[in-house]
Amino acid sequence: MGGPEIERLIELLSRLPGLGPRSARRAALTLLRQPQTRLLPLADAMQRAGQSVRTCSRCGNLDSRDPCSICTDDHRDGSVICVVEGVGDLWALERAAVHRGLYHVLGGTLSALAGIGPEDLNLRPLLSRLEEGGVREVILALGATVDGATTAHWLADRLQPFGVTVSRVAQGVPMGGALDVLDDGTLAAALMARRAG
Amino acid sequence: MSASPPVLLRRLSLGGFRSYDGFAWSDPGRVSVITGPNGSGKTNLLEALSLLVPGRGLRGARLAELPRGGAGHWGVAARFSHGEDGFDLSTGTTAETAPGRRVFRLDGQPPRHRGAIAERLSAVWLTPQMDRLFTEGPGGRRRFLDRLVLAAEPGHATEVAAHDEAMRSRNRLLGQEQPDRAWLAALEASMARHAVAVTAARRGLVSRMNRRLQDDPGDADGFPPVRLRLECPIATRLDEHPAVAVEDWLRSILAESRAIDARAGSARHGAHRADLFLSDARSGQDAALASTGQQKAMLIGAVLAHASLLAELAGEAPMLLLDEPLVHLDAHHRLTLLRALAAMPSQVLLTGTDPEGFAPLAGVAAFFRARQGPDGLSTLEATGAAE
Ligand SMILES: [Zn+2]
Repeated sequence: MGGPEIERLIELLSRLPGLGPRSARRAALTLLRQPQTRLLPLADAMQRAGQSVRTCSRCGNLDSRDPCSICTDDHRDGSVICVVEGVGDLWALERAAVHRGLYHVLGGTLSALAGIGPEDLNLRPLLSRLEEGGVREVILALGATVDGATTAHWLADRLQPFGVTVSRVAQGVPMGGALDVLDDGTLAAALMARRAG
Repeated sequence: MSASPPVLLRRLSLGGFRSYDGFAWSDPGRVSVITGPNGSGKTNLLEALSLLVPGRGLRGARLAELPRGGAGHWGVAARFSHGEDGFDLSTGTTAETAPGRRVFRLDGQPPRHRGAIAERLSAVWLTPQMDRLFTEGPGGRRRFLDRLVLAAEPGHATEVAAHDEAMRSRNRLLGQEQPDRAWLAALEASMARHAVAVTAARRGLVSRMNRRLQDDPGDADGFPPVRLRLECPIATRLDEHPAVAVEDWLRSILAESRAIDARAGSARHGAHRADLFLSDARSGQDAALASTGQQKAMLIGAVLAHASLLAELAGEAPMLLLDEPLVHLDAHHRLTLLRALAAMPSQVLLTGTDPEGFAPLAGVAAFFRARQGPDGLSTLEATGAAE
């Protein structure tokens, strides 16, 4: 078509979630038609993000600072930690502005079928945070999938020795629903309706 | 309860599906009869509609069997009306669909959650393969029951899928050298929770259908009044204990049977062990021991009773897809069936080899003939009333 550079661009774009080959070609065309206003600023933003964004060593969030801006925000309630599966869920909760405490990103859920076990989860830093003290409640905001529910149950069991209140986001999340696809109202209701256990 | 207007099929389009491509069918009527020789594509049409609800459709086909010529992408798109209202529902695969999956679109959007489609459309079917329902293993009977339950409880398929996923996960974990015990306990808790939900829904439908069949056994010479019996230890427990107690019980027996289950590679307890039995309410005869014709009559009797129960409870009956319903039925039962379908407040599609048997539906049904052309593509032609 237009040389290996364009092919490479389309190929990389088509690997992004939500973009198949057809939409990748469309996106590439839009970028290439306006190099000064679209393509180069995007390349620059990607370059900068790639150099500075890293995983927060405390909570697993993505930020250009470590610890991240949420972990270091004095206005947040450090006694409540909300455990989520991925950074996407953290973003969804932040967008909905329903949680005033800190987060912990687990980086996945247990999945016997996909071969993801306890050792694959970002668990150790969470246990260290609890050992440090000062945490009163842990909210498990994992998706309402079988793996999410199983992980929440398993995690509640693991957190028991720390003597913190463990609550689960229960109602309002339809079965099979992932947190980051819920609208803000549903998310808020789900977090309000968390129950002990 | 006041009757809501029926959900009616207004338009069906098929692309690259089985023997159909570039096919569009508009206003098939509330009752449509599709006739044609074997291989003309009439069952494919019913199968396409059965795939608009979650599951593997009326043939239980694997996804790889669905595209025309065994390769490429396929799509089934339908428009339904619901009184003044309506919705578009489609399914199929595209270049962007993950392998082994098909996608749904409800009014052009991915469904918001897994039960969203079942809230709009339910379908129940009978196929010639189901003539062996009572002589084969319990899996087919369980799927038949679950299809009936799903029409009443849109969340049922999700619960069944969640139960089976938790069960498969537990089986996998039990196959490991030293499985994490807390993880196993968590999976057993999931399994128990979903098993109790699934069983409660099955049990609820069976008892409502039995009550209805008892109150209204139909006319003495119609379909035999059937009695349904759910055979499942979880259901038996639910007769006497609250759901939470049954969940605790199931969790503890799952924990106790880990060693046995690990050796067997499967779970001894759970909602996947349930079975459904049908018997003639008058004679008490079990369906498995009845003649093929009697079995078919009992099955149809159950499907009709279910449709009228739902019409009464929800004001709406499921779409009925009956593939070769007249085969094995005597003349009397044929007439009873067709009269019942004529009075049914829902979309009904029927197939048969010849239109003659459907003559009692003249004036009620629209008649079509399926043909397969020299290019292998099926077409449909309106033929007017049967003679
Ligand atoms: Zn952080």
